[in-house]
Formats: sequence, structure tokens, C-alpha cells
Amino acid sequence: MGNPMKIRAANKDGVTEVKALISHEMETGQRKDSNGAVIPAHFIIELVAKHNDKVVLSSEFGTAISKNPYLAFKFNGGAKGDKISLSWKDNKGDTRTDEATIN
Amino acid sequence: MNNQRRNVLKAGSGAALMGLLAAAGIITPGMALADWNKAAFDAKSMADTLKALGAEGPADSKDVQVTGPDIAENGAVVPVGVGTTLPNVTMVAILIEKNPNALAAAFTLPAGTQPNVQTRVKMGQTSNVYALVKSDGKFFMATKEIKVTLGGCGG
Repeated sequence: MGNPMKIRAANKDGVTEVKALISHEMETGQRKDSNGAVIPAHFIIELVAKHNDKVVLSSEFGTAISKNPYLAFKFNGGAKGDKISLSWKDNKGDTRTDEATIN
Repeated sequence: MNNQRRNVLKAGSGAALMGLLAAAGIITPGMALADWNKAAFDAKSMADTLKALGAEGPADSKDVQVTGPDIAENGAVVPVGVGTTLPNVTMVAILIEKNPNALAAAFTLPAGTQPNVQTRVKMGQTSNVYALVKSDGKFFMATKEIKVTLGGCGG
């Protein structure tokens, strides 16, 4: 399940900017532990952002996205109090959804 | 006071809550998420990645910008952004030429979402970072070299 994401969404002049900090280890599967065993890959593969119920961004991630991924994007529209939700799914099938309201 | 019982109760209510959320449709496994393009993310070279994305031979465009530091001290966290002034952008991708797998991220943008995305990536070594943009059904690309003084993929 992971830890909650930090989501900020602000509307300015009709454009909503969303910034999200997602808590995930994003293990690449290329590192080895102290015994030389490969640490299995564990990373977010898909992330979908929605404004109310409309998809505003769908992303696919590879292992090259940093640990605890940061994402910022903008979309036209949105109003104060509207809901923004972000959902991710990782390569082990784990998912998480968090919500925020636009300021 | 039976502590174990307390814990069991706590765990039980947590699981019940999850069940409720799932039932209410707030958390649905395998939600309407995009299909992860395994071929593109598994591809090693730039050429293979572009092929897997169906974007062979993109045109260089000065209307596409890659933003990022000239020198990244820590390759594990390199802030990279892609922006463009091209119209009708439906897809934006970030590729790092010298990473084990070139494709870092691909974004699908519905109408109304601005073609301007920022994130943070890992870079194993100094490399060209490419921004790939699909505008009006055509692919455009821009590049920026980011020097890495400490790799982000080492053990």
C-alpha cells in the first residue's frame, strides 16, 4: 500500500497546477545487497491523475524514475474545491489512491 | 489487559476498512490505468525504444525543451522537465540515452492538459536526455546533455 502521497493542487488564472510527491522505493532491480544478491525490482509502472472523474494525465514509469517520485503538471480548468486524485500501480500489483482538493 | 487482542482488533478494523473502500469502488484493483508498454521500457537502446513507442525517426524541433541542470551532482535525483509550444500534444516521453533502459517515463496527455511535465530521474552516468513529443500525430525530439558526477544506479 505504501505511504500517503503528498499532493498540492493550485488554480491560477484558469490553469490548475498539480504537484505530487509519491512515497515509493523505486527499486531498479540492478542493485545488489551486501551479500551480492540482486535486490528485486519494485517500482511504480502506472500513475493516473484525475480531476473529479476526468483523467488529466496518465503516466507510465520505468525504473529510471527517482525514489519517492516527484511529478508536476498543469491542466486547463479546475476550480477551487474540486477534487484531484492520483492512483499508482507498481510492478508487484500494489496500488494506492490519494486525493486532494484544489486551492 | 490483553495486548495481543488489542492488536488483532486494530488489524481487523484496518482490513475491514480496506474491504469497505474496495466495495465502494474507491480502490479497485487494476483500475482504468494505461497499459504499461513493457516492450518500450525493456528496450535498451534509443533506437529500440523509439521503435517500441512507434516513434521511429522523430524530427528535431526547437519548439521542444528539455529542462534540467547542466551538471547533476547526484545521479539518483536529477530534476528533468519537458515542455513544448507545439499544438495538440498527446504524448510526452523522457529518454536517457546511456541508462540501462533508455525510457524513463511516458505521459499520455488528454486534451486540456498542458504539454509541460516535470519529474525526477535517475542517471547512471553523463548522458544525453531526450524529450520526445507527439504533436498532431507526428513525433518531435529535443536533447540536452546532463553531466553526472555521481551515478545513481550503482550498488
